Amino acid sequence: MAAIDRATVEHVAALARVGLTDEEITRFAGQLSRILDAVDALQAVDTSQVSPTASVLPLDNVMREDEVRPGLTREDALANAPLTDGEFFRVQASLEER
Amino acid sequence: MIPGSIAEAAALLRERKTSSRELTQEAVRRAKADTHNAWLHVCEERALVQADAADQKLARDEHSAATPLLGVPWACKDIIGTRGVPTTAGSRMLEGYVPPYSATVVSRLDGHGAVMIGKTNLDEFAMGSSTENSAYGAARNPWDPARVPGGSSGGSAIAVAAEHAVYALGTDTGGSIRQPASLCGVVGFKPTYGRISRYGVVAFASSLDQVGPFTRTVEDAAIVTEALMGADVHDATTMPLPVEDLRRDLGRGVKGLRLGVPREFFAHGMEPGVDAALRAALTVYESLGAELVEVSLPSTDQGLAVYYLIQPAEASANLARYDGIRFGKRVEGPDLVETYRRTRGQGFGPEVKRRIILGTYALSSGYYDAYYAKAQKVRTLVKREFDEVFGRVDALLTPTSPGVAFPIGEKVDDPLSMYLNDAFTLPVNIAGLPGISIPCGFSDGLPVGLQVIAGSFKEAMLLRVAAAYERATEHHKARPPAAVSSTRSRAESRS
Repeated sequence: MAAIDRATVEHVAALARVGLTDEEITRFAGQLSRILDAVDALQAVDTSQVSPTASVLPLDNVMREDEVRPGLTREDALANAPLTDGEFFRVQASLEER
Repeated sequence: MIPGSIAEAAALLRERKTSSRELTQEAVRRAKADTHNAWLHVCEERALVQADAADQKLARDEHSAATPLLGVPWACKDIIGTRGVPTTAGSRMLEGYVPPYSATVVSRLDGHGAVMIGKTNLDEFAMGSSTENSAYGAARNPWDPARVPGGSSGGSAIAVAAEHAVYALGTDTGGSIRQPASLCGVVGFKPTYGRISRYGVVAFASSLDQVGPFTRTVEDAAIVTEALMGADVHDATTMPLPVEDLRRDLGRGVKGLRLGVPREFFAHGMEPGVDAALRAALTVYESLGAELVEVSLPSTDQGLAVYYLIQPAEASANLARYDGIRFGKRVEGPDLVETYRRTRGQGFGPEVKRRIILGTYALSSGYYDAYYAKAQKVRTLVKREFDEVFGRVDALLTPTSPGVAFPIGEKVDDPLSMYLNDAFTLPVNIAGLPGISIPCGFSDGLPVGLQVIAGSFKEAMLLRVAAAYERATEHHKARPPAAVSSTRSRAESRS
């Protein structure tokens, strides 16, 4: 499979919303290429008749009654927030004004 | 002193030879005097409140129905959420974070009257095999402070090995309990996936993560697991199975059992001293009357590749929650996306960023089928081979780690060589099986671990096999120089 170059690292880091320094981009490109080379061994395994395993448990949907239970208070929920107005989390605009 | 086991501590407390307050004060003193960077937070005040409550129960003889955990000090890996007590996951991202609720495992131990001494060091978000990836500094092995304790639950392994606490909790996604237990010379047990609630535990790779204990004896591992196990309404991945008596078969021995020795785990990459200790352990099992059967698990050779696709993929999704808005670190930028990028770029350390990039890549359009979906299919093959083998043998015996504790700094710039530390433990997570590491001797003065693996939900069999070896050998009684010196410093401070 293709080795990971700097442009790929930058693209994936943008998807993951992780800011990287120039030095990190170069270093990760080399390291991730070597890791991907190692995991490429999988491509040789014949899995044409095999279904994927997402969970090892023999459970499907776990149902329960929809009961009201105590949850976090507003005070507790906001206690660790870096920026609030006292009642809500403060968030920068995610849509531009028209 | 710190008692050598939960059973011993329980007896001392019931005979009034010590009090929970006395044990707790000693544990807190040792934790504060620790030179291995095992602890991120010691919660003395909370611990003493718990100790006094336990002493009152003991004085009123209300302990007849209580478990042996009442009043006994324990150490908590700092990835397990604790109400009112800082929980960092070893990351700058969660510096100063104080959870508004406790993990189910913590609530259950609280309910047993156990005394939590504090929170232990770990690789950031449990990503690592050496505890060098902690944002709060590397931890040191109590057998040789120039070497790593293993990881990611390195601090919990140290706390038990160096006798700061009687037992500890860790989490194990690819070996993070068993490998540090092996490198520090203690017992480390990962129960079957689904046995123990992960509610309130900082999520890493959700199809692999499991909570489990570090202890000095196999019996203690059973005691702690009994207290933790069972369905939890807050965690839909806990199996609705009754709580079992996991100690019921500890004394039954292995005579007549068929124990599998998978050849792929002995084939390559093992240090000679580890190989010799493992061969000697196999001989012990033969002398105890077990029948050793060579078996093959060919797909476990693909385990590393499966693991290093599925685990970072799940991690990249789980760690999306760290956005600088609801909790944790925030580095503000000119707009929302730039705030995300700066917060995550500066809040996460290099290994975490590496895995987020790898996982996002494996899940991204165009690569999903070749990497993530392929890994899930090979996962099916790995699990199928284990299931097939457990139709023929009662348990498997393998090394826990290919080597002993390595020097700090040796592998930190070579992620792939670091990942190989988990080669023998991660197949167990891929298949969701229970696995335990128990001390089985030394190589160049450093501990070696024997791994016992059993079928899903066959913890009682696994513990039976492990206990038989422990009874027949003395390895678990060896204590590191650090434990001896923490006892001595107390004697000196009294004189």
